[in-house]
Amino acid sequence: MIEPKGRGVAWTEERGTSDEGRRRLKAPRRRAEDTVARARDTPDQPQPFAELGLTEAEYATITRTLGRRPTSAELALYSVMWSEHCSYKSSKVHLKQFADKAPPSSALLAGIGHNAGVVDVGQGYAVTFKIESHNHPSYVEPHQGAATGVGGIVRDILAMGARPVAVMDALRFGPASAPDTGRVLPGVVSGISFYGNCLGLPNIGGELDFDPCYAGNPLVNALCVGVMRHDELQVAAGRGPGNKVILFGSTTGPDGVGGASVLASAAFGAADGVSAKRPSVQVGDPFTEKLLVECCLELYADGLVVGIQDLGAAGVACATTELAAAGTGGMLVRLDAVPLRDASLGPPEILMSESQERMMAVVEPDRADKFLGVCAKWDVRAAVIGEVTDSGRLVMTWHGETVVDIPPSSAADGPVYHRPAERWAGQDALAADDPDALPRPADGAGMRAALLTLIGSAGLADKSWVTDQYDRYVRGDTVLAMPEDGGLVRLDEVTGLGIALATDGNGRYCRLDPYLGTQLALGEAYRNVAVTGARPLAVTNCLNFGSPEDPAVMWQFAEAVRGLADGCAALGVPVTGGNVSFYNQTGTTPIHPTPVIGVLGVHDDVRHRLAIGFGREPDGEPGGPGAARAPGGTAAARIVLLGRTRAEFGGSAWAHVLHGHLGGRPPEPDLDAERRLAALLAAAAEAGVLSAAHDLSDGGLAVALAESCLRGETGCVVTVPGDPFTSLFSESAGRAIVAVRPGAEAAFDQLRAAHDVPGVRLGAVGGDSLVFAGLFTIGLDELAAVHTRTLPALFG
Amino acid sequence: MRLAGAEPVSLWHGDRDLSGVDAAILPGGFSYGDYLRCGAIARFSPVMSELVPAARAGLPVLGICNGFQILCEAHLLPGALTRNAGLKFVTRDLRLRVENAQTAWTRAYRAGQQIVVPLKSGEGAYAADPATLADLEGSGQVVIRYASGNPNGSAASIAGVCNAAGNVVGLMPHPEHAVDGLTGPSADGLGFFASVVAQVLA
Repeated sequence: MIEPKGRGVAWTEERGTSDEGRRRLKAPRRRAEDTVARARDTPDQPQPFAELGLTEAEYATITRTLGRRPTSAELALYSVMWSEHCSYKSSKVHLKQFADKAPPSSALLAGIGHNAGVVDVGQGYAVTFKIESHNHPSYVEPHQGAATGVGGIVRDILAMGARPVAVMDALRFGPASAPDTGRVLPGVVSGISFYGNCLGLPNIGGELDFDPCYAGNPLVNALCVGVMRHDELQVAAGRGPGNKVILFGSTTGPDGVGGASVLASAAFGAADGVSAKRPSVQVGDPFTEKLLVECCLELYADGLVVGIQDLGAAGVACATTELAAAGTGGMLVRLDAVPLRDASLGPPEILMSESQERMMAVVEPDRADKFLGVCAKWDVRAAVIGEVTDSGRLVMTWHGETVVDIPPSSAADGPVYHRPAERWAGQDALAADDPDALPRPADGAGMRAALLTLIGSAGLADKSWVTDQYDRYVRGDTVLAMPEDGGLVRLDEVTGLGIALATDGNGRYCRLDPYLGTQLALGEAYRNVAVTGARPLAVTNCLNFGSPEDPAVMWQFAEAVRGLADGCAALGVPVTGGNVSFYNQTGTTPIHPTPVIGVLGVHDDVRHRLAIGFGREPDGEPGGPGAARAPGGTAAARIVLLGRTRAEFGGSAWAHVLHGHLGGRPPEPDLDAERRLAALLAAAAEAGVLSAAHDLSDGGLAVALAESCLRGETGCVVTVPGDPFTSLFSESAGRAIVAVRPGAEAAFDQLRAAHDVPGVRLGAVGGDSLVFAGLFTIGLDELAAVHTRTLPALFG
Repeated sequence: MRLAGAEPVSLWHGDRDLSGVDAAILPGGFSYGDYLRCGAIARFSPVMSELVPAARAGLPVLGICNGFQILCEAHLLPGALTRNAGLKFVTRDLRLRVENAQTAWTRAYRAGQQIVVPLKSGEGAYAADPATLADLEGSGQVVIRYASGNPNGSAASIAGVCNAAGNVVGLMPHPEHAVDGLTGPSADGLGFFASVVAQVLA
């Protein structure tokens, strides 16, 4: 919380932790509020717009729009609504490409602009999913920051009318061995565990990676997916004059006041220090959220809701302006009717509060009692705080006096900036620093050591230390969860209809080339969905970047968005929504550009799913989402490498982990090949010719084979073609390994030819070692020991 | 229960009514957020005022995870569940050993049979005083034990106990997540539900 410096800012006087402040909190006195009338009378009163993150030009625009200076409450409202976080003012001009270049898709029921996009997955079901950042709060207070990130994205999904059914988390931290990572990572994981488990949502996957660029700025991106029937879609619009506006859920307190503008719009870690901002992080109450979920679903089922909006960043300010702007256009709100948990709060703080677990609904007057009755059943507090009007104005009163009177669209639409973008001057030198110059292992022993180093490195090591803290089973429909490539959830027990999800991002590739790097992330997420046997349908994204005021960062951003829009057009999957997180930097050093891409796929029958483990039958036992398993199954399955392998090491895990090197060109994406590979995998899954499938990514073929062996507790014997080092460690895109069932080789070859996917027979599943014929052998016991010891040794 | 051939009926926590059920399961979850001691508030739910006398009169009752914690708080079962030894939530597929196959909920198993069922809890460490533990061991009230390592620091690796009559069983692992190979690690958990259905129909 930035303390405004000027006197006469009534609404900050009673804050603070001095003894005097505490006495005042116990016995709040009524303050003289800054009303619209007073604003007219005192046009020259200075206001702390700069401290609230508004520029002089923006403040002038507000004054011009209103024809007077804003009141304190209006200033608070505009400051949070026009923050980068809420207004997308720097990114809007680029993001429109997602709509402009969108491929024709019959699957999209609601797209960008809603709380989350909605996709038709067949059989009358619709699915909504979205990923959102909670990076800055998670650095300040890792546990609550991450917890409330889960809560926020779940309410986004709930507001669309869907029942949330699963969550995922894409996490990135500073060096694994850095002391601060030891503070941030365990807190983030415990926060996600605390909130998601209590809420009863399975956590089915995500990412965990480490890089020095995230040391002062971890990335905590939370995804939620929800399911509804087609006719259950809800809208975030306040329609119908006379309809009641109801705020329900938790009470409103001082937590997170100004969080949206202060934490996201000011460069993080600025001179005024982190400690001054600490109170800005919100505190989560997952049990109340659980009640809110069940309450909302009953309200929808009973047809009691005209429009609904979740309260996230910018709380009541955002919900009222957006509902009003998208609806009839006017709204009257009595701010003194908002249930408070701190009686000392005034209008500006009520508007800015980011207290969690709140929703706002628009309800027909004769149904309000029924609405309140459902809330009472679920022990959810609810209050009628206003009504929809046709005045075209958003008017708010405080004990009878008008404190806000604005055209709602002026706050909801916000400014639009065409920020200067300029290719970073060092980009060519970075590209010229080719990893070909790095020393490579000369023999099998050297490659063996390199593989062990890779699978024991923090980013590629076994992640059970993290994922064991999440409940992947709750709700009873999880078919695949980490460490599988994608999460898979069953929607219909009878037909077997299900949805697959994966998120991917690679900051190193994007640093080398943000356009190609973003397409590589898209391709990997698409492939991770495809290797479960699902058909990819739609895309969400969380775009994590440095400051948009830095032209080099803006160039990275523009390139990434262009890459994603072009990539989605090439793959035929539309972007349904997303989130932009700017100001991810320490001092003036931005993080690697890190777009995290989420892909949703549909599985016609989850009983045909493919999993990564060798030696396991996909439709028998074992094969569930768990880790316990018995050996057996397809001892003689043939392993085939799909896709083309080139010598591509720029940004690779090998260069990063073994040499601390980042330079050269990232692998070349081939989205057309990606599309053919996905079609082949879906057809092969349906035909039942495969017993395992695993995508190739960080660490290449060697790491992928090691993971499939470890997951299935079964070894393999393979002979690699061509240059052994390239075969083992190159990270060429668009590749996967599959285990073909004995006797199904001819059928699979036919499918492969029909889909025009190149394949190389590598060897067979079996034994208790990973054997690269003529190069080296690693026993599964040694492989498992190296793979599993890293994270427990680091984090306890 | 449906997979075991019975009709499941939801009971509302605020009702003083068991709807004439033949057996009751207190499922897992986070009653009242577990902000206070797990199960400490839920034991006072109105429905418990009906459930406790019914359980004492012989109604088969199974408490899973949070349900187990509630049964301990309600003193239908001895002992208590405390924070895991590692102080972290643990989700893991575990090998369990059925120690007592004579209870209302375990007759479908053989004594000594090993089964694979997921555990997922943050406060699953079973604790009781030495005398109680000795009693439980002596009277066969230890129903289920962790068979490969002790995941949470439970006394004597206890994963589940029953009352003296054997109709009330509390279990930390989740057998409902082991009812088929598609959504769980095994179908080994079905036996708990099949046991009670067989008893009710007998």
